Amino acid sequence: MSEQIDQALSRKYDAGFYSEIESETFENGLDESVIRRISEMKGEPEWMLEWRLKAYNAWLQMEEPEWAHVEYPKVDFQAISYYSAPKSMKDKPKSLDEVDPELLRTYEKLGIPLHEQEMLAGVAVDAVFDSVSVVTTFREKLEDAGVIFCPISEAVHKYPELIKKYLGSVVPRTDNFYAALNGAVFTDGSFVFIPKGVRCPMELSTYFRINEQNTGQFERTLIVAEEGSYVSYLEGCTAPQRDENQLHAAVVELVAMDDAQIKYSTVQNWYPGDEDGKGGIYNFVTKRGICHTNAKISWTQVETGSSVTWKYPSCVLKGDNSVGEFYSVALTRGRQQADTGTKMIHLGKNTRSTIISKGISAGKSNNAYRGLVQMGPRADGARNFTECDSLLIGDQCGAHTFPYIESRNPTAIVEHEATTSKVSDEQLFLCQQRGLDAEKAVSMIVNGFCKEVFKELPMEFAVEAGKLLEISLEGSVG
Amino acid sequence: MLKISNLHASVEEKTIIKGLDLEIGPGEVHAIMGPNGAGKSTLGYVLSGRDGYEVSDGTVELNGKDLLDLDVEERAREGLFLAFQYPVEIPGVSNMEFMKESVNAMREQRGEEPLTAAEFLKKAKEACKQVQLPLDFLKRGVNEGFSGGEKKRNEIMQMILLEPSLCILDESDSGLDVDALQVVADGVNSQRNDKRSFIVVTHYQRLLDYIKPDFVHILADGKIVKSGDASLALEVEKNGYAFLGKKYEESEA
Repeated sequence: MSEQIDQALSRKYDAGFYSEIESETFENGLDESVIRRISEMKGEPEWMLEWRLKAYNAWLQMEEPEWAHVEYPKVDFQAISYYSAPKSMKDKPKSLDEVDPELLRTYEKLGIPLHEQEMLAGVAVDAVFDSVSVVTTFREKLEDAGVIFCPISEAVHKYPELIKKYLGSVVPRTDNFYAALNGAVFTDGSFVFIPKGVRCPMELSTYFRINEQNTGQFERTLIVAEEGSYVSYLEGCTAPQRDENQLHAAVVELVAMDDAQIKYSTVQNWYPGDEDGKGGIYNFVTKRGICHTNAKISWTQVETGSSVTWKYPSCVLKGDNSVGEFYSVALTRGRQQADTGTKMIHLGKNTRSTIISKGISAGKSNNAYRGLVQMGPRADGARNFTECDSLLIGDQCGAHTFPYIESRNPTAIVEHEATTSKVSDEQLFLCQQRGLDAEKAVSMIVNGFCKEVFKELPMEFAVEAGKLLEISLEGSVG
Repeated sequence: MLKISNLHASVEEKTIIKGLDLEIGPGEVHAIMGPNGAGKSTLGYVLSGRDGYEVSDGTVELNGKDLLDLDVEERAREGLFLAFQYPVEIPGVSNMEFMKESVNAMREQRGEEPLTAAEFLKKAKEACKQVQLPLDFLKRGVNEGFSGGEKKRNEIMQMILLEPSLCILDESDSGLDVDALQVVADGVNSQRNDKRSFIVVTHYQRLLDYIKPDFVHILADGKIVKSGDASLALEVEKNGYAFLGKKYEESEA
């Protein structure tokens, strides 16, 4: 059976093409002058530059974390270019008609048409290409509702007070090595602001594309949901197929004020490297949200790409009765390595959190769940439920679970369930005996395993995620 | 429609089937009986092409095609259906979804258009009723949390939906009470016609009271040692496999 699965798993990566676009790309290397140049390119105010330099100086003092269950050669931070943008974007096109058609074609090929009439109704998109945002759709419609959805580089100019107040408020500049690096060199990403009492009328989404060689992508996303508001946000990401590794170090900050709800979904499909582990994206990401009283943050992630993943979308449940959720599907195949999970920090009374993690390992990959559930001294009556399931395909992959539980409150309740299973010969045989080929069979079994998480995705994307898994399985099963 | 000649097959390098000959015509029901360890279940797995069941000699033709040359799913699409003795669970995959994919795989083979969700649902509901399973079984995970009897009935439901040309029932009676047995048998009987053939593998004669075979074969030590009509099954019921006598005992040793 393992032979059949291996065949079923020889991966196909549909998003691996490169777009011929003339770009302005910085020389490789990082020092203070590079940061000054990034800031200059973006025409940033002085305070933003200072903020970056503080992050840079903090980063210089920090050590690369080595505790994750992943192995890769050290990243040479001087061998990366920290800024690359299509030349055509320099004149800041005012409308879609002025955008380089080749750029638009890139997104079309990825299945993300940017012309509003062709898009999924009800989804607004911010398209980030290497270091810049290309276009943000449906802005007027959103503005009518009072919702701000724009590239973060633009928000620095247009909404300096909001940025000053919230940037780094959830993930401080000095939070960790990659967050500090991001703070120094971040180029673009999305800013979302939902005013008090507003239910965002559309799904918001950002699509990140790495195109240039030897560049890193360092995007930063900030979502602020004021009292009683609601927003559902989705991000997707892809990159060309290359033999060299590329670094992606993002920071995402979510602020959910009293009674607000943020639903944040990720479909991550960065280039995973080839069968032998050559090439692929290093995905080192810090994502965290803070929940005030009665607020709720829900993270859903479908992680199928990247050669190495280091990512723990977390919730700080500061306000009483606030709720944190984490639903995750992480699929690794070939030589992919993932160390992913969440942190639920319960500070307020009666705070609740749910963690559902589904790890699927195939080929020679390694897939680790790492999670922290922390019950603070004030967290009376707090509850957590964690379910952590691993599915193994073949006999050369690994699944690992590292759950950490710290409780400083005797009234808090923490539950943890974990299972490990295999796609069995019997299951495969049953499916094949019913006329399904091995590939279809494995993808069906894996989809069944992930059902609990897929149902948390916005509907349009649940279908996409299922398909993505199928493609990943084709080349890779998972 | 099925022609097995001099079949030899092994599992984990142990030869289980040792020169089996069997010919089945369209619309015929053949019962295969035999003592434990005779190779009854192995025969079903070998015919359906399960990994690990190696054919070392002999030929098998289904509807004129060399069956042994085909993969598991290709054999299934050629119309070979195996009702499992112990159907496995596939958590999270609904019966509905599973069967729709399966039915459409067969239709594709026959050059027919795939069924739409609505068309499939209609058929599935009828099949569900026929084997007396509540309709919510269509939504439940494949065999997930089903009782032994429910699993067997689910197998028959799949058979009804897939319209195979050769059905192999592997001890579909084991673990069933009389009522469930009746349901399974009714399901099978409803599918009998002059084209569809059956191999009914069973340890006990009981099932054959409900599904009347045209032929009964006794399988012992990997070979068919005796063939006859339905009365042979009654004889076995009465006297056990003692008639196999010393020969069988020797082969066991």
